[in-house]
Amino acid sequence: MQNNSVNFKRQVTVKLADVRLQNALSRLQSRFVGGRAAVISEISDFEETRVAAAAIRDRALNDLEHWLLQFEQQATARGAVIHWAETGEDVNRIVVEIAALHGVRTAAKSKSMVSEECGLNDALEKAGVQVTETDLGEYILQLGHEAPSHIVAPVVHKNKEEIADLFAEHHQKPRKTGIAELCLEARETLRPIFLNADMGISGGNFVIAETGSVLIVTNEGNGRLVTTLPRVHVAITGIEKVVPTLEDVTTLLRLLPRSATGQSITNYISLLTGTKGSTDHDGPAHFHIILLDNGRSSILDSDMQKMLRCIRCGACMNHCPVYQNIGGHAYGWVYPGPMGSILTPLLGGLESSPDLPNASTLCGACGAVCPVKIPLPDLLRKLREKQMERGMKTQRETFMLKAWAWMALHPKIYALITKIGVRLMGLMGGKDKLLHSLPGASGWTDGRDFPAPSGRTFRDLYQQGKHS
Amino acid sequence: MRVGLFVTCLVDAMRPRIGFATIKLLESAGCEVVFPEQQTCCGQPGFNSGDKDSAKSLALKFIAEFEMFDYVVVPSGSCAGMIKVHYPELFQDNPSLFARFTALSQRTFELTDFLVRIVKIEKVPGSFQGSITYHDSCSGLRQLDVYKQPRQLLATMTDVTVNEMIESTTCCGFGGTFSVKYGELSTRMADNKCQHITDTHADAIVGGDLGCLLNIEGRLRRTGDLKTRVLHVAEILSGSAQEE
Repeated sequence: MQNNSVNFKRQVTVKLADVRLQNALSRLQSRFVGGRAAVISEISDFEETRVAAAAIRDRALNDLEHWLLQFEQQATARGAVIHWAETGEDVNRIVVEIAALHGVRTAAKSKSMVSEECGLNDALEKAGVQVTETDLGEYILQLGHEAPSHIVAPVVHKNKEEIADLFAEHHQKPRKTGIAELCLEARETLRPIFLNADMGISGGNFVIAETGSVLIVTNEGNGRLVTTLPRVHVAITGIEKVVPTLEDVTTLLRLLPRSATGQSITNYISLLTGTKGSTDHDGPAHFHIILLDNGRSSILDSDMQKMLRCIRCGACMNHCPVYQNIGGHAYGWVYPGPMGSILTPLLGGLESSPDLPNASTLCGACGAVCPVKIPLPDLLRKLREKQMERGMKTQRETFMLKAWAWMALHPKIYALITKIGVRLMGLMGGKDKLLHSLPGASGWTDGRDFPAPSGRTFRDLYQQGKHS
Repeated sequence: MRVGLFVTCLVDAMRPRIGFATIKLLESAGCEVVFPEQQTCCGQPGFNSGDKDSAKSLALKFIAEFEMFDYVVVPSGSCAGMIKVHYPELFQDNPSLFARFTALSQRTFELTDFLVRIVKIEKVPGSFQGSITYHDSCSGLRQLDVYKQPRQLLATMTDVTVNEMIESTTCCGFGGTFSVKYGELSTRMADNKCQHITDTHADAIVGGDLGCLLNIEGRLRRTGDLKTRVLHVAEILSGSAQEE
């Protein structure tokens, strides 16, 4: 997917003015924030589980090559074929080759954010493979030629009416308006696609080194259909998703659904191990697993490594006051919210996303809810430091920061300048004691007044009091 | 006990009366309060903008001015968080400085946290008649666990009613330089906060961080609310808000 995060600021203006989007976003909070809060209280050791989960992820990341090779060995022994992809284009090429090898003409796909990174659907269409998204949200987006705006609830930016319009246009059936009717219509449309697909494509929430399994966490059942019915299954995921043991995964699964959708457990947890055996009733004859790097290995062993702990639950964006006001599309690539504001610059280059690390108040809500304890605000700040080190800040900002620090290091000059400045601002405040505009700070005064200072600094008044 | 008062650059310039209210509270709790007059800024604007070097220089200046006190008290959760949490981090690669900053960190407190947990006051000197609603500023809340402390102090004041707003712990959109760099977004976040404040019909919105309060007041006034008072918690507890 094309990275448009450079347009963040312009997108913010558009999204803040989009009434339909704002209405859709207002529902996000009660559903996900409220849902999570209710369900984490069910387990008494939630905080301890977060600590354990972070340790599990660190153990995997600290010895990533070892666990990946063990995964490859175990998966291969059970009949799967492992493919290593350095870039998104490599993934696309490999999937097209697999399709050609097995004579695939149609593919049914369950949700995969990694495939969004690669732009896989376009590549398959170009190669003559008809691919259908079967996750309800992703299916809606495919009909509307849109990108997901949330990693768990991809269609959260759309309302029921828009979806009803899309279905009426594409299904050539009378327009439905009830949610149940719309879902039924989608089921009826998708059922033959599952049954006839030559190939199923899925993501992978985790891959397990001990058993060579791919684990997927879903609610709709489409994931199970696309991974078991077609004769070919291709699972695509990032190299960082490896976890040493099944036991480890059970700890992570206590946190993932709770943090993501406020569910104790999702409707389906599928553990996909090997190809269809001689006594099995279902399962693919051919199982290909593609492990994508796409810049992840460059984060390994760096001061940003903790970002790779991420298990893609979306809690950080659900709780982010910036995301809550603008939605996911403004961020310009696959991953929005706090985790996206770190991953996008790390995977796509800091120069192409100058705003993302800065567009946060560092309020800390994201870090407080992250199930694997990624210090998201600290990582955002580290990216700002890198921008500073590499001279990527504007001259004006660098000058202001340096000038302020220089002044603050020289108390006498500081006292004099603040004394004069505060006196002037006090006078400018006028009768209502408000500044309606401030030179150089229109970002503030376009939408807010600035309460005028009283005209004397504390230092000044304190000294006067002491001497009188 | 000798308490070094770090008044913060915002209080120094914009609302000196918060500094005097803080002194009154500390003195009534039996502290000897000293205001080191060379103090300026804790370095947070630079630190949060990626200018680590400036932050380090200002941290060194700070420790030279405040290390000799039994305690350091700050009427701001975000500046206290800078000193308590981030100063030691800045000197992780220098064992002797790290140890000194860690010791300073353990003696540094946000004002309401200090009054409740260290001096354990049961009565505050001020009175205030009216209803208030409390905004929990992010750094104090999430870095220093300041949530119950101001409420506990306010509960000792018989004439104060607290009407809690919804989402009192959601960011008001200030975020330091964020408020100017992403003004439009910051204003929208302030707008949401102001709506929740207005819904409580409280006489005053009260908080523990002047940055957030200026942001909230600026948006309230721009949208025509000239009535709701915007006050620092020290102004309520000390009684200076009532005297006005």
